[in-house]
Amino acid sequence: MYIEVKNVSKDFKQHGQIFKALSDVSLDISKGEFLCLLGPSGCGKTTLLNAIAGFDKISSGSVKIDGQEVKGPSARNTTLFQNYGLLPWRTVQSNVELGLESRKLAKIEMHEISDKYINLVGLDAFKKNYPHQLSGGMQQRVAIARALAVDPEILFMDEPFGALDVITRANMQDEITRIWQEYKKTIIFVTHDIEEAVYLADRIVIMAPNPGRIKAVIKVSLGRGRDRDVKEFFNIRDNILDIFEMKNHDAIEYFL
Amino acid sequence: MKKTLSGAVGLIALLTIWQLAALKYNSVLFPGPYEVIKSWLDLFKDGSMTEHIKTSMLRFAIGYIVAAISGIVLGMFFGWFKKLWNFFNPVIQVMRPISPIAWIPFIVLWFGIGDIPAVVIIFLASFYPVLLSTIAAVGRVDKIYLKVAQNFALTRFETLTKIVLPASFPQISTGLHQAIGTGWVFLVAGEMIGSQSGLGFLIIDSRNNLRPDWLLAAILTIGIIGLLLDELIKWIEKQIYIKWGATEKHEG
Repeated sequence: MYIEVKNVSKDFKQHGQIFKALSDVSLDISKGEFLCLLGPSGCGKTTLLNAIAGFDKISSGSVKIDGQEVKGPSARNTTLFQNYGLLPWRTVQSNVELGLESRKLAKIEMHEISDKYINLVGLDAFKKNYPHQLSGGMQQRVAIARALAVDPEILFMDEPFGALDVITRANMQDEITRIWQEYKKTIIFVTHDIEEAVYLADRIVIMAPNPGRIKAVIKVSLGRGRDRDVKEFFNIRDNILDIFEMKNHDAIEYFL
Repeated sequence: MKKTLSGAVGLIALLTIWQLAALKYNSVLFPGPYEVIKSWLDLFKDGSMTEHIKTSMLRFAIGYIVAAISGIVLGMFFGWFKKLWNFFNPVIQVMRPISPIAWIPFIVLWFGIGDIPAVVIIFLASFYPVLLSTIAAVGRVDKIYLKVAQNFALTRFETLTKIVLPASFPQISTGLHQAIGTGWVFLVAGEMIGSQSGLGFLIIDSRNNLRPDWLLAAILTIGIIGLLLDELIKWIEKQIYIKWGATEKHEG
């Protein structure tokens, strides 16, 4: 397997009490897969993402990428954050070039690469602008271009569209699907939005809190260019709602 | 526009009151604005005022720039290695409230007289605000920027120069602003020790020559230059905030 997560646990100490953010999580991810980690807050989905990306040390277990133990963040993978993490003092272009600067490329080569990815996300007219002059959706596009510019093998996305309005969000979901299809990256995508997960993922890993663990793994066998209002889509969504016990028949205790 | 007008009215009122008051006293004790402005222009005409201003500005620039650079560099260092700062913090906190003037005897002993005492005093006055604001700024750099740096495998040095320094720059500029004010205030004191030129010297020289009109001319000049320096750095600060995407100044 490309990414192997084996019996991973992660404990935090809080006020002298041990809090289990992840408890014995195991998961295999294959190369080129679009995987969504879905769950309510506190279920450890971001912790799991950070563990695979190498930002967080795990308490026990092992995470391997391509057969190698993950010890820290690697330049081969990049992470997209909910608040974009763009550097406000740099233009769009120079933000995109951040990861390229240490490669000792000629200026022209560097601009060629950044131009390519800025075009890819449709921001060619804005490459001399500063992030604060752009809308949230455009800022996240810059972050995507910056991530792709270093040609990573894996893209980690931590609720990247969480701060966007519904319409922009849908556009960005289409955009990331298109990019994923074109560049065949492995994408691990954290979200708490069920429909977003159904729309994007090859597989959805459903997580639950206290302690953070995997509750179910669902394969989404819909084709790409998905329709959000067809029966198959609803079926999968209902299935997930069932797993979360959010359907009405389970909520009957509220009436007592 | 309205603000400028109010300012002009205030200024005219001050000059009027000053002129009226001056009529009551001997001009050797308290010269009026007319005399002062006349002497001021004379000092410009014979070139001595321009010389004094130039000398003072040069000393100030050296003291301030050395303080700014060393304050930022050391501030970055201590801000980054917070544990080390814990050792130095008490020392700095004891040193900081000491007026640079208190060091004058030692400064003269160690550096003699001339340009250096003034430069050292300006340095001492400007250094602490820059150092402390830089340390605070580095501590407050948004963690996401550090994650981005890790993400793109930046070295420690690159992280400091490409991420931490620019990210903390808006807050550092607040310290630089404060330092320009205090530094300028202590220029006069610095130039009163054994200097033979500069605006501080002009004040001593005017006293020795019993020329209160020169004295006030020197004081006015110091005030006006102080104001201009402040306006300049305010403008620079504003440009920084605009470029950094903050529409208005906010700390922390």
